[in-house]
Amino acid sequence: MIATESLSKRFPRVTALDRLTLDIGPGVTGLVGSNGAGKSTLIKILLGLSPATEGRAAVLGLDVATEGAAIRERVGYMPEHDCLPPDVSATEFVVHMARMSGLPPTAARERTADTLRHVGLYEERYRPIGGYSTGMKQRVKLAQALVHDPQLVLLDEPTNGLDPVGRDEMLGLIRRVHSDFGISVLVTSHLLGELERTCDHVVVIDGGTLLRSSSTSEFTQTTTTLAVEVTDSDEHPDGTHALRRVLADAGVTLLGLDGLDAEGLPGAGHILLLEATGEETYDLVRDSVAGLGLGLIRMEQRRHHIAEVFRSEAAPQAAAVATAGAGTGTEGKRS
Amino acid sequence: MSADTGSDASRIHNIGYRSYDGVRLGRAYARRSLYSQSLRGSFGLGRSAKSKVLPMLLCGVMCLVALIIVAVAMATPNMTELPLKYTSFAIYLQAVIGLFVASQAPQSVSRDLRFKSVPLYFSRPIERVDYVLAKLGAMASALFVLTGLPLLILYVGALLAKFDLADQSKWFGQGMVSVALLSVLFAGLGLVVAALTPRRGFGVAAVIAVLTITYGAVSTVQGIAWSTGSASAVPWLGLFSPITLIDGVQTAFLGASSAFPGGEGPGAAAGVVYLLVVLALVVGSYAVLMRRYRRVGL
Repeated sequence: MIATESLSKRFPRVTALDRLTLDIGPGVTGLVGSNGAGKSTLIKILLGLSPATEGRAAVLGLDVATEGAAIRERVGYMPEHDCLPPDVSATEFVVHMARMSGLPPTAARERTADTLRHVGLYEERYRPIGGYSTGMKQRVKLAQALVHDPQLVLLDEPTNGLDPVGRDEMLGLIRRVHSDFGISVLVTSHLLGELERTCDHVVVIDGGTLLRSSSTSEFTQTTTTLAVEVTDSDEHPDGTHALRRVLADAGVTLLGLDGLDAEGLPGAGHILLLEATGEETYDLVRDSVAGLGLGLIRMEQRRHHIAEVFRSEAAPQAAAVATAGAGTGTEGKRS
Repeated sequence: MSADTGSDASRIHNIGYRSYDGVRLGRAYARRSLYSQSLRGSFGLGRSAKSKVLPMLLCGVMCLVALIIVAVAMATPNMTELPLKYTSFAIYLQAVIGLFVASQAPQSVSRDLRFKSVPLYFSRPIERVDYVLAKLGAMASALFVLTGLPLLILYVGALLAKFDLADQSKWFGQGMVSVALLSVLFAGLGLVVAALTPRRGFGVAAVIAVLTITYGAVSTVQGIAWSTGSASAVPWLGLFSPITLIDGVQTAFLGASSAFPGGEGPGAAAGVVYLLVVLALVVGSYAVLMRRYRRVGL
């Protein structure tokens, strides 16, 4: 779907992309990076709107430098920022955008009605957009990216500004864009956790270089972190500490207290982070807590942020991260 | 895709996703669509009822004045021509035209800038040049409708009043050329001013300032120049405001009688300068708009 080859973009003072080589296949791909990591620059180049300083990129097999118009006809784009005029209805706006994509008037109207229904806008689509909630606006933005039935959509931070429920709905919708509509998706975010659940494949970039590219299953396998919080009891005044000892004896890799390293000050944090190697770790934690007679307040999978990828990248076992079938490229060498 | 469950009446339609494999009409079609949408939008068509009021009112005023002139011409005995030249009409009603530009140019471009819809256009097949040409063309066409329609009314009225056909046709043609030039010039200036600010209110005020204040200033200075005996300066001063530019061009080439103090319009030589300035402004507007949209990407 998307292939780049040592793609670089340099501005007078910053290097936005630095010899980025990517190969993204069909499916839902997450592009993760902190603000300023080069995500938007990459999208701009992929749409053929900004020339790369060096290197090549192809979208749907079309060269971005020479066939930008053909790419833009078959690709949908949902910007990160607000882009909807408040004084027209969703229907009018999306019809207009469909025609801008080259759909004849009748087809534009039919596709608009279909698409708005698929993203979950019904009667409200006849009302001016100004009165919509953020969630509804995001749906309209998604609809305008899908209305011309592209082969690929580029979604820039689609969950921005949404509450947790809206976030989940949007992620579900993005999943459906591929599973039900058959449209491949490249979705950017700065939260790795939320993309893990949605994407088949995750690409992490930082400072314009590729940090990691692998399928989501590998990601979760190598980085599942379990957060455990327990109560204290009379017998064990510091429950966390007691549990830590028991688990360490059982051979579980402790990643430390929340925000501290493994040798962090005892009692400073009450959330124990440990590496889960599989089902048995969950059982072990449960049994250990029960054996100590403590109460288990929480045991949850941690959402990963970019920072954790950095950390595990530095750790020796990160070398074991295999590049996924579709994703190759220079594993980020950051020192 | 429909799952047939027996009779036609009880057919259950699968409303799953349908892909589109019809034609995609591409860039030229998108540009035409943007042009027609913008042109219709200038008259409030396809927009809310509220936004139809002003453009329709202004258009109505233009036509009403034309109708009154026709009525006067027909009611007055022994008239052989209209009481007003075709070329003078737009000059007399310049305030109405100015208001139209001031209200509709920001509507056409500031909205897209303010609500950041521009990236949505540029992520589609159309390019910068298509966007600028469509917007410029639509605004000029809207102005041409606004200024040409009353001239047409005058012409039809003149023919009904059995005025000389050859004369009337010639003057009407000259009038149409003049308003066409005016439309392109005003559209360019209006859009440039409007595109420089994403705020609609500023846009309206700035367009009014460019069109009316310059005219006020120029005609005041011209008046002073004329009354202090330096009548030769009058035609050159007319170069500094859009409407006097049009006045100058049509006085020099289109048989109009100038509205300058003392009717001191430019001659043919000065007229060439006028024409060049008008053309430079139109080309300049286009260049500025292209520049303005260069960095409005994503």
